[in-house]
Amino acid sequence: MAIQNKPAANKNLDLIRKTIADHKRYDFIFASLGTFVIASLTITLLILFLDLVIEGYPRFNLDFFSNFPSRRAARAGILSAWIGSSLVLLVTFFVAVPLGITSGVYLEEYAKKNWFSDLIEINVSNLAGVPSIIYGLLALGLFVYSFGLGQSILTAGLTLALLMLPIVIVSTREAIRSIPVHIREAAYAVGATKWQVCRNHVVPYSYGGILTGVIIGMARAIGETAPVITIGALTFIAFLPPSPIGLEPPFLNFEWLESGFTVLPIQMFNWISRPQHAFHVNAAATGAVIIMLTLLMNGFAIKLRYNIRKKIKW
Amino acid sequence: MVKKDITKKIKHDEIIKAESKNLNFFYADGTQALNGVSLPVYENKITALIGPSGCGKSTFLRCFNRMHDLYPGNRYDGQIILQPDNTNILSDGVDPIEVRMRISMVFQKPNPFPKSIYENVAYGLRVRGESNKRTLDEKVEEALKGASLWNEVKDRLQDLAFNLSGGQQQRLCIARALATEPEIMLFDEPTSALDPIATMNIEELMSELKQKLSILIVTHNMQQAARISDYTAYMYLGKLVEYDATNQIFTNPSKKETEDYITGKFG
Repeated sequence: MAIQNKPAANKNLDLIRKTIADHKRYDFIFASLGTFVIASLTITLLILFLDLVIEGYPRFNLDFFSNFPSRRAARAGILSAWIGSSLVLLVTFFVAVPLGITSGVYLEEYAKKNWFSDLIEINVSNLAGVPSIIYGLLALGLFVYSFGLGQSILTAGLTLALLMLPIVIVSTREAIRSIPVHIREAAYAVGATKWQVCRNHVVPYSYGGILTGVIIGMARAIGETAPVITIGALTFIAFLPPSPIGLEPPFLNFEWLESGFTVLPIQMFNWISRPQHAFHVNAAATGAVIIMLTLLMNGFAIKLRYNIRKKIKW
Repeated sequence: MVKKDITKKIKHDEIIKAESKNLNFFYADGTQALNGVSLPVYENKITALIGPSGCGKSTFLRCFNRMHDLYPGNRYDGQIILQPDNTNILSDGVDPIEVRMRISMVFQKPNPFPKSIYENVAYGLRVRGESNKRTLDEKVEEALKGASLWNEVKDRLQDLAFNLSGGQQQRLCIARALATEPEIMLFDEPTSALDPIATMNIEELMSELKQKLSILIVTHNMQQAARISDYTAYMYLGKLVEYDATNQIFTNPSKKETEDYITGKFG
């Protein structure tokens, strides 16, 4: 067969190329639009964050973290607020995480699938979107008045736990669902009971997803203001709750659960509502602290998830 | 290689290990996947199930370890009698977990747990409450040797199972199923995801394993059935069309449908 040196003009080929070029234009338009939107959002957030950091910069020193709030802006600090936030989050964590994971496992593995479980599923997802002030009102009626827990760290922790619970449940269920059927069947096939399958396989393989939910939930809880104000957190507080760790046996005490408290966003809100500019600087610094805490938690979550997923390839 | 021994017939002195009797199976949506299947599984023999996709051979296999119980709404009708104790493993009074402790399974796709090689093999024993380190070590080694994997992994038992090749992973799954000393092992197209060499290894392994236990295997690959099995059952549309000694089925099938399928005119 002779080798063709001159390629013949091919009308059909030209048409194909033109069509491809036409279609590819949409790729370009969509990609540019996406880049633009992402960039403008990121830049806006970055500017806001930098603004906070720059304004609050003069207050970034050890005193700011180790001083109680004060009438004099320059001497005021966030000691009671960050300790309050930490203790509240501690309660939230120990309530919401075990409850959320077990609920998720129960709903996914044990509960019979019928209209009732569907109803629960829809409602749990909806709960994640309920405005936080509603949780605050619920907690005020239930924890503060009905249960008589007072305006305490325990009440705040439980309230935020309510807020966080649906997030943990939903992420647990999603993580469980992403475990392939053949792994689950493999475990059952060697004679494992449902409990053994959950304990040894389902939950451990879901840690990555569960963890993400937990940290997203915690990051949401740390910034919540409305429900904590509703249940009556103090806005000015110049004392610390009793220490949870004692020097004498049994080394742990739980008096701090009943203590009054404030949290970082409330402290920030308090300062921002003052007329003096000096307090606004404090508020900006507090805001920067909250954002950095959130970023730190999210970063930690991503790192942990990465480490866990590295081991699991389906 | 197929031995051209067409005179070989079912010997009646062979021991029945399990037998399905008039087995019907219905999925939750009401479709009937098995229709009156009666089939013996002989001790220390390999029984192969062949047939086109959707003929119910995997469904049949999964009845033997009550895998269908994992999904609500599935229904068995009929019996699978397990010997020597004459237990109907499909009866409501028999716990599916008990059945799975006696009959283990190897799946189509290698499905090791995302754990170490050691833990994969030891899992069946741990489920049974074995926690003595020395016993576990011994049984894990024995099972890995039984699955001809020991020499390849003995120096890295704590490595993740995912780091093994596909064929090694499948042999690991066989070791996992073997460690608990099952009476019957079920294989659901165990080599369909493997390359020819890994397939050959697994086939050799199965021929060794049948010294110790009974094997029921589903395969899409007719040559495989001819190479390794002692008995073959051809299924179509949920029914057992023909069951006979493998040599008989592949050289002189008694039914026209079987012959069409085996010769490639159909399927």
